Amino acid sequence: MSELKPRKDLLDIESLSLEEIEYVLENAVPFKQLFQRSVKKVPTLRGKTVLNLFYEPSTRTSSSFEVAANRMSADVTNFTVSASSIVKGESLLDTIETLQAMRSDYIVIRHKAAGVPGIVAQHTRASVLNAGDGYHAHPTQALLDAMTFREVYPDFAGRKVAIVGDILHSRVARSTSTLFHKLGIEVGVLGPGSLIPEGRHDFMTRFRTWDEVFDWGPDAVYLLRVQMERQEGQFFPSIAEYHKMYGMNSDRLVRMRELGAYLMHPGPVNRGVEVTDEAMGYEKSLISTQVENGIAVRMAVLHWLKPETQKD
Amino acid sequence: MSDPTDITTEEILSPAGIEEAVSLLANEVIRRCGEDKVAFVGIYTRGVTLAHRVAEVLKSRGRDYPVGTLDISLYRDDFDNLGTALPRLESSDVPFALDGTRVILFDEVIFTGRTIRAALDGLMDYGRPSKIELAVLIDRGHREIPIQPDYVGRRVETTLNHYVKVRFQEDDGKEGVFLVTEPVAETNE
Repeated sequence: MSELKPRKDLLDIESLSLEEIEYVLENAVPFKQLFQRSVKKVPTLRGKTVLNLFYEPSTRTSSSFEVAANRMSADVTNFTVSASSIVKGESLLDTIETLQAMRSDYIVIRHKAAGVPGIVAQHTRASVLNAGDGYHAHPTQALLDAMTFREVYPDFAGRKVAIVGDILHSRVARSTSTLFHKLGIEVGVLGPGSLIPEGRHDFMTRFRTWDEVFDWGPDAVYLLRVQMERQEGQFFPSIAEYHKMYGMNSDRLVRMRELGAYLMHPGPVNRGVEVTDEAMGYEKSLISTQVENGIAVRMAVLHWLKPETQKD
Repeated sequence: MSDPTDITTEEILSPAGIEEAVSLLANEVIRRCGEDKVAFVGIYTRGVTLAHRVAEVLKSRGRDYPVGTLDISLYRDDFDNLGTALPRLESSDVPFALDGTRVILFDEVIFTGRTIRAALDGLMDYGRPSKIELAVLIDRGHREIPIQPDYVGRRVETTLNHYVKVRFQEDDGKEGVFLVTEPVAETNE
């Protein structure tokens, strides 16, 4: 038994202590081992309900949470934006009221506006799991990235990860780089100047070219997805130009092999944009492992968070 | 008599007593299992140690039984009542096929029987043993569900304000079984 205090919600990475991070990452390992059994399910959350509330489309994260909850025997309800009254103009607080009445134990929420999961958390007894809010945070993604990196590098402290792409619009970049930094992993970034925020994340080393990245000697390269849906302004001239400047192509793959560097990506991948078909077959790609670890980490988080006791 | 509000600790098995109980368990396993295909599964933490100790004795008598480990945290029926405790999970490891095997579960103490109930559920998610039996170092009575051990190192008379503490050198840095009397207590570890 530990000295850790129970926590109701997981909203970001910043507020987590190192001890909490270690707790979740270590507990995720036994959860992952369950996947090797013929029966992948445990009865831990039998009778509990998990509500998946996605205001933004997401097949991967939403199904990952669903699989995680199912493997712990919880009952899962999926709320998607098009199928709910949200499009009918129901306000957030009215929605929360409705959710509260449903007495869900865990609410997984994704919203295009930063801070919405935090507001929901304040108004409900359920544990709230942020599954991505605006440009703010995506804490379970960061935890699964850390788990994946630590599996291939048990001696992770002092290792180097280069994050490549649209840092500005990426909650993944924000949460993952923050977590890696907390764990003592060095973080560098490469991307179009217009997509690298000023003044945030001073701990990250900035690169202008792939050559600079490779000279730095990263242990892993983390490619971000080019978020076509978020390119409202013109941040870079064209997709072809982006691919040429920042995409993972054959020449860069040669350097990756020389360094023995691993390749990571949060998915879904835009083939031909941030990564070529050839690079997708790279033997040191961790993309599938990230998906598998995502389920284990989300199980560990559901196991960790404690909803407030539902009274009255 | 000491003050009734005091916590008292009495040694009920010495290191030599534990060794004797372990060899008794080993003898019983040989007598009852004959030439069956047998595997041991220890429940974390000290059930694992107990299983290894019995397996060690049997090895010296020419019987090599594999030992698996089981963490039953995810199968407990008191997930809501853990209070502020946050359980650290261990990796269950059953690296052999259970189908058609006579499995002996090991735990250091049997009390209410609820841990074993959870362990049975956990075990059966790994396969279908031909038979499952239970071995414990100490049976302290007070069952809350109808589960009984097949192999017992020592039976101990207790009341509900007793707490039986098994300590193994490998896990705790000391060796012995202790009967702790608390003014008010109704839970075992």
